[in-house]
Order: sequence, then C-alpha cells, then structure tokens
Amino acid sequence: MFGDERTERIIGILSDSFFPILKAGLQFTIPLTLITFSLGLILAFFTAVARISGFKPLVLLTRFYVWIFRGTPLLVQLFIIFYGLPSVGITLDPFMAAVIVFTLNKGAYSSEIIRAAIQSINKGQWEAAFSIGMTKSQAMKRIVLPQAIRVSLPPLGNSFISLVKDTSLAATITVTELFQKGQQIAAVTYEPLWLYIEVAFIYLIFSTVLSYLQDKLEIRYGRGVAK
Amino acid sequence: MITIDNLYKRFDKLEVLKGVSLSIDKGKTAVIIGPSGSGKTTLLRCLNLLEMPDKGTITLGDKTLQITENSRLKQGEIVSFRKQTGMVFQSYNLFPHLTAIENVMEGQVTVLKRSKDEARKKALSLLEKVGLQDRADMYPFQLSGGQQQRVGIARAMAMDPEVLLFDEPTSALDPELVGEVLKVMKDLANEGMTMVVVTHEMKFASEAADQVIFMDDGVVVEKGTPDEVFNATKNPRTMQFLNKVAER
Repeated sequence: MFGDERTERIIGILSDSFFPILKAGLQFTIPLTLITFSLGLILAFFTAVARISGFKPLVLLTRFYVWIFRGTPLLVQLFIIFYGLPSVGITLDPFMAAVIVFTLNKGAYSSEIIRAAIQSINKGQWEAAFSIGMTKSQAMKRIVLPQAIRVSLPPLGNSFISLVKDTSLAATITVTELFQKGQQIAAVTYEPLWLYIEVAFIYLIFSTVLSYLQDKLEIRYGRGVAK
Repeated sequence: MITIDNLYKRFDKLEVLKGVSLSIDKGKTAVIIGPSGSGKTTLLRCLNLLEMPDKGTITLGDKTLQITENSRLKQGEIVSFRKQTGMVFQSYNLFPHLTAIENVMEGQVTVLKRSKDEARKKALSLLEKVGLQDRADMYPFQLSGGQQQRVGIARAMAMDPEVLLFDEPTSALDPELVGEVLKVMKDLANEGMTMVVVTHEMKFASEAADQVIFMDDGVVVEKGTPDEVFNATKNPRTMQFLNKVAER
C-alpha cells in the first residue's frame, strides 16, 4: 500500500506521539472524567432524592434543572460557560469550566437513573426497615440504597463510559486533553488518519479498563441475587 | 398491653376503619379474622403506624397516642412508638442483599446500637429458635418461603418488641410450608409473647388464640375466646363468615 519509507515515517510518528497523547489522557481526560463523575453522582443523588421528596419547590427546581441540562447540547453548554460568561465578568480557567459543565450535565442524566433505581425498590423493603425501628434516612442508607446501587450500576456504567468520550469536547474550550493533544500532533505531522486512529485506540484502552471496574462493582453489589 | 379506642382510617373516599375498639392483655395472642376488605390488615398496620390512623387512641405498653385529624406526629415519636412492636409480613420482605443472619442483626446494630458480636450472638440464638441455625449464611433467594418467613420472625424478635404483629404470615406460602411457620408462632405464643395475628388459618386461631376478633366492613363484629366465637356465636355475620370458610 505504501512505500517502506512512508510506513517507517508513520510508525515513527505513532511511536513518538503515543506517550505524549497518553500523558494528556492521564493528565486531563482521566482526572476530568473521575472528578466530574464523582461530583456528578453526588449531585445526581441529591437531585433524585429531592425529586422524590414530594416537596413541591424542590421537585420543581430539580425538574427545571434536569430539563435544561438534558435538553441542550453539551457543546453549547461548554461554550456558554467558557466563552459566554466572560462577557458578564466571570472568567473561568478551561479545566474548571469543563468540570462545572460536565458535572452539571452528568448530574442531570444520572439523577434520572438513580431516581428510577430507588423507585424500583419494593415498598415492602421500606416498610420492613421501618418495622425494625429505622428512620427514613437509616432505611435509605442501609436497605434501599445498597439495592438501588446494584440496579443502577449498568446504566451508570454506560453513562460513565460515555463521559470518558464526551470529555473530548473539552478540546473545544482549549483543555489540552487527549483529543486536543492528538489534534495538535496531527496538525504538524499531516497524518490525521493514523493519529486519530491512535487517539481512538487510547480512548478504547481507557474505556476497557473502566468497563472492567464496572464489572467488579457489579459483582460486589450483586450479592444476594440469584445467578 | 394494647388498647385501641374508637379508631378511624380512610383512604380517600373509602372508609376502612369505622371506630374500632379492642384490648389485648400482656402475654396473650389475639387473632383477627374476617373477609378481605374488612380492615383487619389496616388495623394491624395502624398499630405500628405504617398507616397513620385519622383519629382515635392507641395505647401500647406505656405509650399512648391520641390522634386527631389535626395531629401530625414527628418522625421521632413515630419511631419510638413503633420500636415497641415487631412485624412479620405476608411477603416476608427480607432484605435480599443481606444473609439470613445479617437480616436478623441489621436492626440490632443500626437501631439499637448493639455491637456486632452481641448482635451476632443474639441472631444466632434466634435462628436456632426458629430452626435455621444451619442456614445463617444463606441469602434470602436461597431459602424456601417457609424458611424466609421464619427468618422474618427472628428479625422481628431481635428487636425485643413488646408485641409481635403478624400480617397474614402464611398466605404467600405453599401449603406444605405453612406448618413450620405456624409451629414457630405457636411456640412463641406458649412462651408468653404478646401477639396480634391477622390470618385465615382458622385451625391456628382455635388452637393458639386467647382471643378471636372477627372484623367485617371496618368494625369489630364480635370478640371472644376461640370457643365462644367458633362454636357458640349467635351473631349472623360471624356465622355466615365461618360457614363460608368451612366450605373451602
């Protein structure tokens, strides 16, 4: 397909670029994913609990929040926060802006997963917990959540892996994460095909490791379920 | 031990309890019978406030609740009243993510703040009492319905309740498993546990009850010893119900 010289050049570029791109991934993509996923989960949990609390103002507030962040593109949200807010005097560091947007976005989606998982737990579990004298928060923490976590792990795993890939959008607001790094190298080497395949491959490695973690978690929370 | 005075409860337009009054002595077993929809399960659930009555008075142990249409109990009041009771559910409601022994330990550790060792010891002796010490480390899905229900009884007993409430404890069981659960209940009754049992098991009622309460359409129609209710009733509604049950 190519001359030997061309092949050698591509192999050279790929091996030279592999570690810089991987490093950008470890430095930005992975931390961005882990930080926003953790913060997003906390936000999602409180949003879900507020949503099922039945307390009108909280219900309306959380519905509004989920409506906004699910109903608008992630890319547009990034642009509003990073390029838009400076015009009203709020300037954010790119990484910070990415953390805020991804957290709010993930929080909105995951809150629906967590809400569904909590509501899927049979009412009898709450009653049994109450019958041995538990308060609502004890019943939530000790009885309902451990079961809800098991139900929510597969969809949350999905959402986690899509987040790994979504963080590539942070390139558009100048975060030098994995994809941005690949773009930079592609721009100077004129080998976009091979570089972007390399970028895809590194994302694949990350996703694979994370799926493996998901499997481990599913086993851990799967206790007490008929196989 | 338990006194209920003029208790009312409605769900939307449906009035389920229409002024129920009764009393149960300490150490006695009361069996509530009646057709479905008569309000017997609702009455039982009012006793541990899983359902909040609309009005009426409930005395349990040394606590009295006077409920009016305007009263709103705080969670703390509900919990401290409820802690005097233990409940056994029709569908067992064991915690599926915990083993049998963990089910019996959970409330002791979380609610009563017993140490894990202490809770485990108590749980083991209760599992032994219901004949399941060799099943301690199994998850609910690995147990038969009858075994699950016996774990349910041990779980309720672990909290040292003043009163045990049974909500149709054998109705979800295969016929051949009913006996093992009823036996455990009879043992408890003989040991002087105060029990309130909603059931369709007339044989259990006649053998184990100190008092039989017949409910229909939200009121107590008749109450008395098993002999009085089953063999000597003059009440036409009671007779009609007993005849229907006997036909089965």
